[in-house]
Amino acid sequence: MTLGAGLLAAEAENPLIPHAYELIVGGFAFLIVFVVVGKILTPRIQKTLEERTEAIEGGIKKAEDAQAEAQRTLEQYKAKLDEARHEASRMREEAREQAAQIKTDLREEAQAEARRLIEAARAQIEADRQQAFAQLRGELGRLATDLAGRIVGESLEDETRQSRVVDRFLEELESTDGAAVR
Amino acid sequence: MSALTVLADGEFEAPGPSIFDFPPLWQGAPVWANKPVLLALLGALLVCALAWSAFARPKLVPRGIQNIGELGYLFVRDQVARPFLGKDAERWMPLMVTLFFLILLWNLFGVVPFVQIPIASHIAFPLVFAITIYVIKIYLGIKHQGFIGYFKNMMFPPGLPKAIYVLLAPIEFLSNMIIAPFTHAVRLFANMFAGHMLLAFFSAVGFWFLFERLTVTGAAVGVLGVVMTIVMTGFEIFIEFLQAFLFTMLAAMYIGGSLNPEH
Repeated sequence: MTLGAGLLAAEAENPLIPHAYELIVGGFAFLIVFVVVGKILTPRIQKTLEERTEAIEGGIKKAEDAQAEAQRTLEQYKAKLDEARHEASRMREEAREQAAQIKTDLREEAQAEARRLIEAARAQIEADRQQAFAQLRGELGRLATDLAGRIVGESLEDETRQSRVVDRFLEELESTDGAAVR
Repeated sequence: MSALTVLADGEFEAPGPSIFDFPPLWQGAPVWANKPVLLALLGALLVCALAWSAFARPKLVPRGIQNIGELGYLFVRDQVARPFLGKDAERWMPLMVTLFFLILLWNLFGVVPFVQIPIASHIAFPLVFAITIYVIKIYLGIKHQGFIGYFKNMMFPPGLPKAIYVLLAPIEFLSNMIIAPFTHAVRLFANMFAGHMLLAFFSAVGFWFLFERLTVTGAAVGVLGVVMTIVMTGFEIFIEFLQAFLFTMLAAMYIGGSLNPEH
């Protein structure tokens, strides 16, 4: 139809000459779109895009903060762990020292106890020996005197002389046998 | 097409510039009430409606049509406004968005079945935009650089040998004050005009050789016409987008040049 209409017209209009009514309609259309799209809607989308940028930047900031926080906590934990490890090793060391101390103490105590026992036993033995010796001295003196008296046949009346003889004998005895007794 | 059949008895006649002339929509209607005017207004309303559904209540996390709207918006912002307007980009976004979306939709009318007329193929429409930008450009230039400064910056760019200015000054004046707005409008108009003409030609070839005068040899030509119509439609979509982008980009360039001379 359009083709036919064009061919029917005697001559086509010059396409470079604008129609006045088209200029008016074009201006009007331009104005409508400018007001609605440009003046009303564009600021809205500009605002939204700005808010979105802010939201994204805020999100990134938040994530960075969270990461920093996590890093801090991790370091704290690590420090605590280190501290605990140190503490544990320190306690182990202490325990070992204590154990060693206790061991030495016990050993010393036991040694002292043993020494004491030995000392006591030795004293006892000495005492026993002294006692036995004293007993033996009386007995031996009397027996020897009796024996001597009998052999000599002569009573040694003189108490003093008797005792002196006995003592001399015993001293001789002691000087020769003392080492053996010990 | 009936007229073509009646008129052309055997001869194929290629469609001419007359295919851009439209009679009033009905008998006795005013002369302005024709198809392009109606579609221009419809297109403006459609842009408003689409933009409204995308941006009326924009969400921080976009859904559905807002995604598409933002795609267009960010394209204009990042490819047009920011490179040429720099820090003034946000302030001029309303105008850039308006230009790009309206021109793009009007251009795309060229390949929509039954609509099939790119609005900018009528020079009045690109002329309105170009004149508006021209006025803004001069106003801003004089406002930001002063009346003398504006023309001095335009015609006598610093750092050239004096003799050159004899040649350069008139050329610069001519290109900035007269040729620029003209080419700004005509580039868009001519692309749409020629594109529509091509599509009309190839579809007329197809129609003529496959329906009106079907012959064995002619059928091959007809098939070629149909194939070319399809190919050219794809190409047209690209050109329509490109020209909308280019027109907006030049607008940004002119405004940016007035705001910040000699970058």
